[in-house]
Amino acid sequence: MMQGSPVQRVHNALPPVQITVQSGPQAARQVLEQLKRTLSPLPLASEDLSAVDLVLAEAVNNISEHAYGNGARRGPIEVICRQHRDGLHFTITDQGAPMPDGRAPPGLAVDVNVDLSDMPEGGFGWFLIRDLARDVTYLREGATNKLSLRMAVALR
Amino acid sequence: MELSSKTEERVRIVTVRDARIDAAVAIEFKDAMRTETADGPDLVLLDLSAVEFIDSSGLGAIVAAMKHLAPPRKLALAGLTPTVDKVFKLTRMDSVFSLYATLDDARRALAV
Repeated sequence: MMQGSPVQRVHNALPPVQITVQSGPQAARQVLEQLKRTLSPLPLASEDLSAVDLVLAEAVNNISEHAYGNGARRGPIEVICRQHRDGLHFTITDQGAPMPDGRAPPGLAVDVNVDLSDMPEGGFGWFLIRDLARDVTYLREGATNKLSLRMAVALR
Repeated sequence: MELSSKTEERVRIVTVRDARIDAAVAIEFKDAMRTETADGPDLVLLDLSAVEFIDSSGLGAIVAAMKHLAPPRKLALAGLTPTVDKVFKLTRMDSVFSLYATLDDARRALAV
């Protein structure tokens, strides 16, 4: 479909996508369903799409569980996706509590060399985000959390 | 979250029927695993061949299932699809679980 398009059209093919969902355990699935529909014209490798799926799931779940206090509050989560030459740029915003210390977690690898009874059942989310995404930045702007990141997917 | 299970002589095989083990179903998955493994042999083999996506909540739920079974029972995983396998490798969870490419590989390696 895109083969006949001029080169610059390929890189500007996708208008910015804006998706808004309510926080909660279903939020990540809803974001992904909408995003997949919108990204379907792009020649994305399935493993790139899986990485996008995973990073957004972790970011959106963290917002539901931490910024909005694990269901204690509900609120909007907005995801904006822009296509650039160096990949897909995402901005994820919410109106929940700020990150502790005003910064995003370092996402250190979880220590799995422990007894089974001490094996962590969480804490993998930020490690996965930092491993799979590029240019991760977090800003608190007024009452808004703004997380930006880039997925360096190959867009031929 | 749909699980099905069958018992062979020395192993209970639990098969995940859903394509995703994620935050939306993590609690349900933990509960369903407890139900499916409430009795039966000491070895439980979790067949993940239908699962195309797992997030950290799903990973945590599988860790919880393994901790719930042990000791003395053991949980091994079979049939990891490429995306699921990648998450286990990235998080080093591939060193925590016994992973097998297929159910038959697992049966052979575990001699069940």
